[in-house]
Amino acid sequence: MSRAIEDTKKMIDEVLEVYPEKTKKDRAKHIAPNDPSGQCASCQVKSNVKSRPGVMTVRGCAFAGAKGVVWGPVKDQITISHGPIGCGQYSWWARRNYYNGQTGIDTFGTMHITTDFQEKDIVYGGDKHLDAALDELKGLFPLAKGIGILSECPVGLIGDDIEAVAKKKVKDFNMPIVPVRCEGFRGVSQSLGHHIANDTIRDHILGKGKLETTTPYDVALIGDYNIGGDAWSSRKMLEEMGLRVIAQWTGDASVNEMGIAHKSKLNLIHCYRSMNYICRHMEETYGTPWLEFNFFGPTKIYESIRKIAAQFDDTIKEKAEAMIEKYKPKMDAVIEKYRPRLEGKTVMLYVGGLRPRHTIGAYEDLGMEVVASGYEFGHNDDYKRTYEVMKEGALIIDDATEYELEEFTHRMKPDLVGAGIKEKYTYHKMGVPFRQMHSWDYSGPYHGFDGFGVFARDMDATVNSPTWDLIRRKK
Amino acid sequence: MTEDAAVFGGLNNMTEGLENAYALYKPKMMAIFTSCIAEVIGDDLNAYTKGAKEKGVVPAELLTPYANTPSFVGSHITGYDNMLRSILKSLTSGKKSEPNGKVNVIAGFDAYTGNYREIKRMLDMMDVKHTVLSDVSDSFDAPNTGQAKIYRGLTTIEDTMDSANAMATVALQKYSTLKTMEFISKEWNQKTVVKIPVGVRNTDALLEELSKITGKRVPQELEDERGRVVDAMVDSHTYVHGKRFALVGDPDLLLGMVSILMEMGGEPVHIICTNGDKNFLEDMETLLASSPYGASGKVYINKDLWHLRSLMFTDPVDLLIGNSYAKFLWRDTGTPLIRYGFPLFDRHHLHRYPIIGYQGALNIVTSIVNTVLEELDRATINTTSFDVIR
Repeated sequence: MSRAIEDTKKMIDEVLEVYPEKTKKDRAKHIAPNDPSGQCASCQVKSNVKSRPGVMTVRGCAFAGAKGVVWGPVKDQITISHGPIGCGQYSWWARRNYYNGQTGIDTFGTMHITTDFQEKDIVYGGDKHLDAALDELKGLFPLAKGIGILSECPVGLIGDDIEAVAKKKVKDFNMPIVPVRCEGFRGVSQSLGHHIANDTIRDHILGKGKLETTTPYDVALIGDYNIGGDAWSSRKMLEEMGLRVIAQWTGDASVNEMGIAHKSKLNLIHCYRSMNYICRHMEETYGTPWLEFNFFGPTKIYESIRKIAAQFDDTIKEKAEAMIEKYKPKMDAVIEKYRPRLEGKTVMLYVGGLRPRHTIGAYEDLGMEVVASGYEFGHNDDYKRTYEVMKEGALIIDDATEYELEEFTHRMKPDLVGAGIKEKYTYHKMGVPFRQMHSWDYSGPYHGFDGFGVFARDMDATVNSPTWDLIRRKK
Repeated sequence: MTEDAAVFGGLNNMTEGLENAYALYKPKMMAIFTSCIAEVIGDDLNAYTKGAKEKGVVPAELLTPYANTPSFVGSHITGYDNMLRSILKSLTSGKKSEPNGKVNVIAGFDAYTGNYREIKRMLDMMDVKHTVLSDVSDSFDAPNTGQAKIYRGLTTIEDTMDSANAMATVALQKYSTLKTMEFISKEWNQKTVVKIPVGVRNTDALLEELSKITGKRVPQELEDERGRVVDAMVDSHTYVHGKRFALVGDPDLLLGMVSILMEMGGEPVHIICTNGDKNFLEDMETLLASSPYGASGKVYINKDLWHLRSLMFTDPVDLLIGNSYAKFLWRDTGTPLIRYGFPLFDRHHLHRYPIIGYQGALNIVTSIVNTVLEELDRATINTTSFDVIR
């Protein structure tokens, strides 16, 4: 074992000391020093299993994965938070998946639509209530192209048959009505919600959309939720290199787009975690190949553009090279401006789906080093993809607790922490520069050529803000 | 809780959860509240916490008040009420003894940290000894000292235990404290007073009541504050008089806001309260009937923003009062929005400014009149009426 690995191991042991025996044993399997070589057997973290109770995990639930991540952004579908009021209310338009359209007329993304269960619905069942809600919605919003019924915990517990209600209405409504069994108690995190949502796309939508003509350059952009306009930034680039984006999943997506992605020549997947399932399905069923890529920061962007172009003919390859040449000066200018201000700064990341690994290159382009990273709901394959892009001895942490995050921050003293809203204000109080890396801290886009300048500006603003120096620190 | 807990119950989760949380944070009290799942499967919290103490995973003296707070019963104000009642019930059991000469204050479901500081300031000015039950102000906007602390301890367990011995409990909201106040009145035999001190007359009423309870006089400084806010309202009245308002929010906020609007000659027109009940409807109608400026007011309970959107298109108003989500109606109808209520996500620091007391009234008057003036500027761009003195 190298010195770097040993030191990190020692730090981990110290932090875990506080836990009762059973929890300590469990948590020890989820936190490890990084070993890019893969030789250290104990450096592989365990993931995608139940959190320990009472430790303030940062995880979400299946409803969050299905409604908040995958289905919520589909803009011309009415997405019902089916059940009591809270789940829909507290997830209402916090994720910033932008879309074009007239809200309330032909798009419904920022609307909170719920069946608002009361006690009588729990006692007598909520199917009648759902039936009436569907009729009311159809009357209120004639331009809706589909309805999603996203189940909250009680729906599954009381044994409602939402599938039967949906099936009955589909004929009358002449549009997809998708029952989604994403009750929060299913699975161990939001991850199963992604999978459940993928399965409902497969069962109710995929293959049913209309695409008049196809071209050899058709691609689908998968796993980009258009947070702060990310997908638009990525789409522009794909189009500039000569490709035709036939579907965006699911940022700014229409129901029709959700039904045609299998017709693309290549599915391009950004957030592997949340949509690999449906990509595999399209590959197996329709023979549509898929490719992972990374549009954070110029190094990864150039690499990804070339990887994508290599799947197509020379016209695309030439356009791709021309595009890189065109934007390189702009990217170099961003680096020239911000790198001197950020060089050598260390970063600790604790986020969701793709960011714990995908943003590392963007930080490195700015001269920053990611010294700790982890996933709320990652699986083994996510961590495998992460070990190789981090330094030996870096901290890898799965399903972190608030306590651990704070303790590791005290010990590692990173110059910047990127995590979620639950951490943000605690870190402000701790006097540690912090960016909310789920919704880009209400900024963005961060993807693509358009995004990198915004990303660099934001990191600089936070790391170098004079406000941190105003804090009169208590020892 | 995951699928296995949904089938077998949450006992193991609760036992291990208590043990872990105690090990990490060493609290003296853990408040436990249920989400939907525990309620639907019928978990017995009393047995669970008792069991955990008997097993010794947490100390027997750890306080563990619990409340039933599923999302399908009432709204967030119901949860607040249930939890606070449970804390008081559990902590004051057997603590009734000598009167302590204090007044308890319950803010209600109130995210305005400024309100907590304001009521304490007013009580200090009156020299009234007090306990604010569940004072969350420092938890939300503690001073930045480079240290994050979970427990700020503004309301201590000892003070809470002693609250049964106060001379009275004053609630600053009605509908978020119904059960708690009923409990205090019945179980502690204590005088209970509900006054929502938003607006001049409402603040007068609260202070008079406090005077009556404690025998302390309202000091000249507070009388001066009153004079200043009334002066401000007189100065600004022309811009607010006759303006038509739509309001959306929690019951208690609406009762307060409608009062102060009518004091300024503003006319509440559409009043939407999704979580209001029939008693609230009656209260609000009585309030509207108490002033000629309430004549065109209509109250809607169990209706939502989409309903208000239709009302605002068919019967337009001049101004809209609501939380951050009301901005969608600002966008769709073009009606200027003045942000009050919960949540306020899209403007910073509003929660730090009180809306209660004379100081709160001044804040409300200022934001309303300046919104009107801002709109007036916008409406008169490139006209002769683009005045510099308004």
